[in-house]
Amino acid sequence: MNNLKDKVAIVGLGWTRFSTNSGVSVKNLALESCKNAIDDAGLTVKDVDGIATYNIGDSVSPYVVATGLGLPELRWNIEYFAGANGATSTLLTAACAIIGGLADTVLVFRAMNGRTGTRLGGAGMSLNTTGIEQYCVPYGLTTFPQAVAMVARRHMIKYGTTSHQMGAVALTCRENAILNERAVVRSPLSIEDHQNSKMIVDPLRLYDCCQETDGACAVLITSADRAKDLRHSPVYLMSGTHGAGWQSGEFFGKTTAFWPEWDELSETYARTMASELYGKAGITSKDVDVAELYDCFTIEPIVQLEDFGFCEKGEGGAFVESGAVRRDGHLPMNTHGGLLSEGYIHGFNHVLEGASQLRGDAGARQIKDAEIALVTGYCGPVANAVILRR
Amino acid sequence: MNTSIYEKPLPQPDPDSQMFWDGCKEHKLLVQQCKGCGTHRFPPDSMCYICQSRDYEWVAVEGRGVIYSWIIVHYSPHRAFSRDVPYAVAYVELNTPKTIRMCGNIVNCKNEDISAGMPVEVVFDDVTPEVTLPRWKPTK
Repeated sequence: MNNLKDKVAIVGLGWTRFSTNSGVSVKNLALESCKNAIDDAGLTVKDVDGIATYNIGDSVSPYVVATGLGLPELRWNIEYFAGANGATSTLLTAACAIIGGLADTVLVFRAMNGRTGTRLGGAGMSLNTTGIEQYCVPYGLTTFPQAVAMVARRHMIKYGTTSHQMGAVALTCRENAILNERAVVRSPLSIEDHQNSKMIVDPLRLYDCCQETDGACAVLITSADRAKDLRHSPVYLMSGTHGAGWQSGEFFGKTTAFWPEWDELSETYARTMASELYGKAGITSKDVDVAELYDCFTIEPIVQLEDFGFCEKGEGGAFVESGAVRRDGHLPMNTHGGLLSEGYIHGFNHVLEGASQLRGDAGARQIKDAEIALVTGYCGPVANAVILRR
Repeated sequence: MNTSIYEKPLPQPDPDSQMFWDGCKEHKLLVQQCKGCGTHRFPPDSMCYICQSRDYEWVAVEGRGVIYSWIIVHYSPHRAFSRDVPYAVAYVELNTPKTIRMCGNIVNCKNEDISAGMPVEVVFDDVTPEVTLPRWKPTK
């Protein structure tokens, strides 16, 4: 079988400031993060010939960024209309473009004013009642927090998962964010703070929800051959997968999601997909040193820890509560603070954190000897993830 | 019939779903049944996901089921719903056929009395002269 293992590497990382009010346009954020990624690699805009991004109509296109940066030629590009099923899959697609010879060096970015512009939590969005949303929005199931709360409840029903266990996810992320100068929230968080935080949509409390954030981040990727002589040690893409299970349903509507066809809400397609992901990388879940797991809400990492094989099905809550995913545990998770505390750049900031850990330049939050990272995007009826190595 | 002005968003039927909403207006819960293999399906679609047949008929189902999962909305960013908080929305799994789940509000029940597997039955709420929404109440 054809395999992309170790053929493409991340060679540059670029962030903007993360905040709740950037004061600049999304285009400005996109250009800044992309230029930072190029600079970080020690290259120039003349070396870049491809751009990939994903968005929900809240950002700028590769053409806009190519024009703004002054790229001599944009040989390949893609703008994926996606939720966080684009978080790692856009990188994966760009890697395939390089392997296929469509481009040599590609910027992959996500830029958004997620607090002052389009708020993915639903605030300020006009309601849609076409497509799948005609069957849920009229009843007041109108936002993603509500859609995911339905998943959380189902997991509680099936496995006895508790709000305390979801709180442990929030605490783990916050402990890491305290070490991260980029994080938008760095104040200590206790389980009492979590339990006393206001209910948004039962069973999800305020601190079960991620941070709406203005910001952007970008990576520069190129072939493994070209990556060898650049400024940083390359971070290789070992494998990636992106798809959907049988009867996944319509993935999402404009403001919310309803999955009437998906067989079991407490399970994700990652449960099926993981064997191919690990198999193509030639590793097992035991080989993963750090896990950057998509955490739009605290239930997500709990389900993903199960479905990516780090614990038995149904034991994700207890696994987190045991401390296994804290930075001194055997599987440090969301080492930057995650979407819950570093900020919500639609999951793409997880890719940069994974790469930073593997380069060994994560500063105060560095996990010693991190060699292999699992980075995931949203996982439910659909799933996407990549495995990176140094 | 509720004669006050209804300010919440109403479903916008499409060619696949028109019959479902027409059925609701007549206080019938209609789903599609494949003429090729007999599979029931919801939401409505133009092809059978089991045998790919495009032949189907609309059949009435009983409108009884159990609560598969539910949420209580305490905060809504949407004005149409924010005045109703806290309110309950559930996924209801029908008794027959069990493969069908529908989304709807739980009514005639205190939020704290809702539980997993609780038996419910459909009630039709004529929210406007044109539109009827199926909701769900506990089965006595």
